[in-house]
Amino acid sequence: MSAATPLAGSAGPFAALTPDGSRLHLQHGPIDLIVEAFGRPTQVRDAYARAWDRFRTILDELVAELPLLRRPLGEPPSGAVARRMAVAVRPFADVFITPMAAVAGAVADEVLAATIQDGDLDRAYVNDGGDIALFLTPGERFDVGLVPVPDQPALLGTATILASDPARGVATSGRGGRSFSFGIADAVTVLANSGARADAAATVIANAVDLPGHRAVSRTAANALAPDSDLGDRPVTVEVGPLGADEVAAALDAGLAEAERRRAGGLIEAAVLCLRGQVAVAGPVIASAAGRPDEISARARR
Amino acid sequence: MSATADTVTCDACPIRCVIKPGRTGSCDRYGNTDGVLVRMDPLLVLQRAQEHGDALVPFAAREGDWEGELVPTADTFLTGAGSGTTYPDYKPAPFIVSATVDGVDMVTVVTEAIFSYCGVNVKIDTDRHIGAEQQVVRAEGQAVGHVTTGQYGSQMLSLGGVNHLTGGTKREGLVTMRVLLALCSGEAAELAVDEGATLVVQAGRPPVINGVVEERMRVGCGSATIGMFARQWFEHVDEVVVVDDHITGVLSEHQAGRYLEIPPTGIKVLGRRSTPGRYFNVANPGTHWGGTDVEDPLSILGPWDPAVARPGLTLLMIGTTGEHHAYFVLDDELRPVARDLPEDLRESVERIRDNCEPAMTSVLFMAGAGGSLRAGATVNPVALTRSVGRTLTKVTCGGAPVYVWPGGGITFMVDVSRVPPGAFGYVPTPALVAPLEFTLRRDDYEELGGHVEAIVPLDEVVARSDVRHLSSLPDNPWPVEPPEPPS
Repeated sequence: MSAATPLAGSAGPFAALTPDGSRLHLQHGPIDLIVEAFGRPTQVRDAYARAWDRFRTILDELVAELPLLRRPLGEPPSGAVARRMAVAVRPFADVFITPMAAVAGAVADEVLAATIQDGDLDRAYVNDGGDIALFLTPGERFDVGLVPVPDQPALLGTATILASDPARGVATSGRGGRSFSFGIADAVTVLANSGARADAAATVIANAVDLPGHRAVSRTAANALAPDSDLGDRPVTVEVGPLGADEVAAALDAGLAEAERRRAGGLIEAAVLCLRGQVAVAGPVIASAAGRPDEISARARR
Repeated sequence: MSATADTVTCDACPIRCVIKPGRTGSCDRYGNTDGVLVRMDPLLVLQRAQEHGDALVPFAAREGDWEGELVPTADTFLTGAGSGTTYPDYKPAPFIVSATVDGVDMVTVVTEAIFSYCGVNVKIDTDRHIGAEQQVVRAEGQAVGHVTTGQYGSQMLSLGGVNHLTGGTKREGLVTMRVLLALCSGEAAELAVDEGATLVVQAGRPPVINGVVEERMRVGCGSATIGMFARQWFEHVDEVVVVDDHITGVLSEHQAGRYLEIPPTGIKVLGRRSTPGRYFNVANPGTHWGGTDVEDPLSILGPWDPAVARPGLTLLMIGTTGEHHAYFVLDDELRPVARDLPEDLRESVERIRDNCEPAMTSVLFMAGAGGSLRAGATVNPVALTRSVGRTLTKVTCGGAPVYVWPGGGITFMVDVSRVPPGAFGYVPTPALVAPLEFTLRRDDYEELGGHVEAIVPLDEVVARSDVRHLSSLPDNPWPVEPPEPPS
């Protein structure tokens, strides 16, 4: 017997303030955003109204072009968010990628743009399930917590982003997330100049954290799991068995090489790669680590 | 998993994910179980609190965290929270479970009901004027309810209802639903009364009226306070002024003082006299003496009448919550001079303070479980209504006790603070979703045409991985007790 919930029609977009009134929660289908703006209360209130106004049609706009967005780049899409997705993934087209790799970051960017438009805010962020777009005025900063294994509460450290830094997007990809990965990374967090760019880069780098052909890694065609997946019949990771420390290091090295390549190409500012308690870092990122590397390992394994 | 299980297309949002059996859609909220689209929120199971004082706290926040031994007993109760619904109820309710309680085989029909006909009544402990009766109450500019009949020491709001949820504009319905969901979930709601106050209300918390937190209820207005305490002041002090934002009372002029034959004192209160010993508008509303902006109580007194007043006359001034008080003696020029409060007055001052209750907001959810929902419990829906009416069937909301209104249908009220956290939800109709359980003897259930074939033992459900365990709220009566046989 099952708890069946037949659904009468589609659920519409939903907005609510958090109980303390400080943050705006926007949800529609799989899109789940937390928006927080900082500034005078009237400015914040107007910003949240703009965010909600922009948000309410985003899912429908994406759905209208979904078949196109689920394929590698071809004809340019027309929607505002869809165009952000296409722009973000284009520089990565030397590997397999579809605009869907940047959807979460692109939604965050688009809602952030509406949030800050014509406003007078000190700073603001839009967090789309861990893919974050940031706005900072001079002198302001954000401290972003880094989590080595999604679903576990341990904090690896904090990445501090100052107004003078180029990064305005933070995104995390890996096996803990909702989408499939070709690789085996627990988490790859990327800092880039936009949420969409960080999202696409995190996907590509997480795919590269891999041990091709290793017997501990089981894979299945993506469309066998989700018939409508943008990855088609390409094999995605479903389970990772025991790995030796040197194997973990080798997988991370492969990912790190990809991260450094993308950094040299000016696509990302920095990346933090986590697998089985080991951490690899590309670029200047961790302003304050939670401990020495061996302590981090211990925390990550908990 | 059955052999016929296959992919389903989710219609919870426009993406329409195609979901394979045993997997979830891109939102993780809906999944495919045996070819059926299922809401994935965990079921809530209450564990009877073993000792008084156990708080309602989750044992396991996430699926799979629960590792303790769990033997379902009379102390386990499956709530409707997270059970889903079978609306429009052409088939049995999501869960019909049986358990033996005190040797009697009991059946609980567990469901989540979708309520378009629902609302909340909000009781706000304050004597402040928040708005006239029948005035519209708004949230985000939308009409979500109205000010209804005031009660002693409290203002009352009636919010929600089908006319606001589905009878107005789409936005009005959405805002109303959000306000109801927030209040039912123990969260704060910001409201504004037409030609009245702005309010922040939250179940179990003091109300915030025009930005000021209401700390305590008054023991009564200034005049009522004189009436209540006149006899305790009589012969201990010559004059008492009870400072109050609504009606400031003066003992010697008040009817109670006259009755006790307290002589005139020559006092002069600066305010608009209503009836003898009762004054309006001695000051502006505020957060000081008696809910006024008075910081120096003598500022509301004029010069004493030299023909009546005498040196040595004693005066007690006090606010209606007892938080502020001062004691004076008139000097030779008939000027009040502050002195320490005499011991024989201290008791009455403390008593006023002790008689003020903390100001609270309480929220009762009221809804009608009519129509087809009953068909999920029995093939003969009216039999369930009759059974509830005869109290053979006990109704609970997330395990919390409800009051069932007499008369037709199953219309009930529940104190939202007794319902487990997270139990209320919504559907985009817009309407509220609330857990609902009907518990009755198995033989009674068979008699009223219940879906006996769908009954499963409680332990089968509790053994599932998607349940969440809570300990019951200590003040709630245990939901499953065999009812007394009707005499």
